[in-house]
Amino acid sequence: MSFIGELPMNTSNKILRREIAIVLAGDAGQGLQAIESILTKAFRQEGYNVFTSQEVMSRVRGGSNSTLLRVSSSPVRAWSERSDICIVFDEKAIGHLGKRLDTKTFLLGDGVNGNGNLNIIQIPLASLATESGGRILINTVSAGIMWGILGGGKETIENVIKQFFGGKTAEIIDMNLAAVSSGMKLGLELQSSGQVPLQLTPQGNRRQDLHLTGTEAVALGVIAGGCNFVSSYPMSPSTGVLTFLAKHGRDFGIVVEQAEDEISSANMVLGAWYAGARGLATTSGGGFALMSEAVSLSGMTETPMVVMIAQRPGPATGLPTRTEQGDLNLALYAGHGEFPRVLLAPGNPEQAFALARDAFQLADSCQVPVLLLTDQYLMDSGYDCNDLVVAETPIKNAIVETGPEYRRYAMTESGLSPRGIPGWGQGLVGVDSDEHDEQGHITEDLELRVRMVDKRLRKMDLLVEKALAPEWIGPADANNLVVCWGSTLEIARESVADLGIKDLAVLHFQQVFPLSAKTREMLCRAGRLILLEGNATGQFGTLLKQQCGIDWQHRLLKYNGLQFSIEEVKAALLKIMEKEG
Amino acid sequence: MSENPFDAQVKDIAWCPGCGDFSILAAVKQALAELDLSPTQVVMVSGIGQAAKLPHYLKANFFNGLHGRSLPPATAIKAANPQLTVIAESGDGDMYGEGGNHFIHAIRRNPDITNIVHDNMVYGLTKGQASPTSRKGFQTPVQVHGVANEPLNPLTLAISLNATFVARAFAGDIPQTTEIIKKAVRHRGYALIDILQPCVTFNQVNTFRWFKENTCYLEADHDTSNRERAYQKASECDRLSLGVFYVEEGRPTFEDNMGVYQEDANPLFRRSVDTKRLRSLINGYRG
Repeated sequence: MSFIGELPMNTSNKILRREIAIVLAGDAGQGLQAIESILTKAFRQEGYNVFTSQEVMSRVRGGSNSTLLRVSSSPVRAWSERSDICIVFDEKAIGHLGKRLDTKTFLLGDGVNGNGNLNIIQIPLASLATESGGRILINTVSAGIMWGILGGGKETIENVIKQFFGGKTAEIIDMNLAAVSSGMKLGLELQSSGQVPLQLTPQGNRRQDLHLTGTEAVALGVIAGGCNFVSSYPMSPSTGVLTFLAKHGRDFGIVVEQAEDEISSANMVLGAWYAGARGLATTSGGGFALMSEAVSLSGMTETPMVVMIAQRPGPATGLPTRTEQGDLNLALYAGHGEFPRVLLAPGNPEQAFALARDAFQLADSCQVPVLLLTDQYLMDSGYDCNDLVVAETPIKNAIVETGPEYRRYAMTESGLSPRGIPGWGQGLVGVDSDEHDEQGHITEDLELRVRMVDKRLRKMDLLVEKALAPEWIGPADANNLVVCWGSTLEIARESVADLGIKDLAVLHFQQVFPLSAKTREMLCRAGRLILLEGNATGQFGTLLKQQCGIDWQHRLLKYNGLQFSIEEVKAALLKIMEKEG
Repeated sequence: MSENPFDAQVKDIAWCPGCGDFSILAAVKQALAELDLSPTQVVMVSGIGQAAKLPHYLKANFFNGLHGRSLPPATAIKAANPQLTVIAESGDGDMYGEGGNHFIHAIRRNPDITNIVHDNMVYGLTKGQASPTSRKGFQTPVQVHGVANEPLNPLTLAISLNATFVARAFAGDIPQTTEIIKKAVRHRGYALIDILQPCVTFNQVNTFRWFKENTCYLEADHDTSNRERAYQKASECDRLSLGVFYVEEGRPTFEDNMGVYQEDANPLFRRSVDTKRLRSLINGYRG
């Protein structure tokens, strides 16, 4: 870009940064998501790494919500409390952001006052939007302002705007182009006048990797896993997966039904698997609580099932739009009686895709319930992502054609009985929630009962054999180990990498039950264990202690509804390391 | 008479001698045989209770699931493989009490399944408490002063929800019950048959004789396409009409509405993922 001659560049005022954290805050319905999408695409087209994350209130309009965009020269994939440049759409957003704003933040707003200690730059947001065609354009004007400040190419953002509003009328597209252009003009002025001097290190080519949310990664994995039946009751923050699969369902031959309640949803999923389909239910903790009896039915009838539980803070309705890792125990113990199960917990979009995909094969081949534990943070955050590989070879269902003497629960050494389905073969397939004989008929033969329990539990050995080992990140001989599971992976990884302490590593679990046989040995390699978990009681910490006999020297727990930030993890780890020496 | 392919060799049947369940079992087997179905094509789906044990006493595939939850899996089984004949059957407590919500929504979905409800107006397996269809004043160890709640009328409820096939039968008349079951199974869409039956152990009021005296078949010229008339007949509770009250032909079924069988009649288990399309969907997130 050449503005020389038009706008004098005061280069001495420039502060070059490898990363800039952009924060946008306003009420629900002010189009924060639109700004996020437009800027994400635009920055990625100019070669930057982008991570986005939102925190929102549980309401349709009003309240205070915020969106974070980390734009960086190097990979970024974690929640941060930093706000380098922030646009607020109303006064209350300043109070809402609280500590996330400080004197170093360039805070842009239209007629806002703040508390006196902030670096507020007044911008005519409302009038620029009105001049471009209406107040509704505030979001597009804001995207333009950010883009102008950071010196992005005009053609890039114009193309993104055209693409983003692609389905709309020419008039709407033109209004948004005018809005982005007037925003950019203001942004450039703020930059050249030195009022907002932050600049990003220029990058190379347009990015070719993927960028998607945890929701999208899970949903794509579900399709890749051969899922062809979905029955769910909507519940935040799981609903995105349901809507994604509904949107693409017919293209992929997936039956998608909104059930009358979670009980129906889970029982439908079992019916679907029984008849040879690959079924999924999506829900959150409260909905999963209603599915407990069906999970037990899955255990008893050895009918596979897959449930994705997107966690949010409980108990009861809790904080519906926020995040927590509080439902591990629920998932671990849901359902009466004793039976094997698998709990998976992806930490990033690559794992979300792979685990969602593999959950179906695992459920099918081991005839157990497989529960995929995600959370609001993972579901709603937007990540740059490596390629998601779809296998060439078609999925092979783990079902058999039945013969005339088929017995669904034939006793086997492994505990796995070949699974037939009705309508394929000459045999009859009977399953029963009562204790049953090999043909699935009700029995009160108490010796047989014991053999059936043992048969079902023998599948546990198989599951342990297949269990994914935790991932050790950092120096192999580190004596201090940060242990985490699920969505905190990238936060722990970035925090520990940033600290650059030689004696500190991360151990992340993407499978939390059953544990890999390597777990104990890996934990015992470190002398000092630091638990990092998003709940109040350290549920995974307790499980590891119970299963591996380890002790925790430190526990970092968070349960205010927000994810751990890299700043707070770094500060806490630094304190521990200084204290311990 | 030739051997019925649905007959099973069962040593130990859990029903009380004289229970209406025996007659319903006989009618179900007879109807399925007369429809020329093979046991491998049929899936019996039940919940919990004495009635829900019926699938164990005939030859067919079966999914004997949770209390009150026979309709959701039955709906899903049919949606996963429309080539199967699916019958959801259980008692009045299971279908109308514990499973009441599913009953309502199964009717709205109109899956091509048959819903047989053993209605003896009492709970058997839990030993004699009131069921949703127990009549007012019926005394039980729990409803010690007599049932105070209004009885649920499954027929008017189903007709008001626009069910596409609604019938009532009496277990004491096996030939007529068989005919009604055959019509219900042949019907393309959701079909409810509420089958009145005595409970010889726990209901000393609504006995075989009581049902005999308080039921009568709909007139031969009853117009099954007249929904208002059907509702009116179903509302009568002094004398309970028997037969097919209402039928609507041609309504798309749940499976039709799912849109996955229009171009491919194969059941879901015979299909595979369109990986080319999936790769193209993933590529949409590139750049």
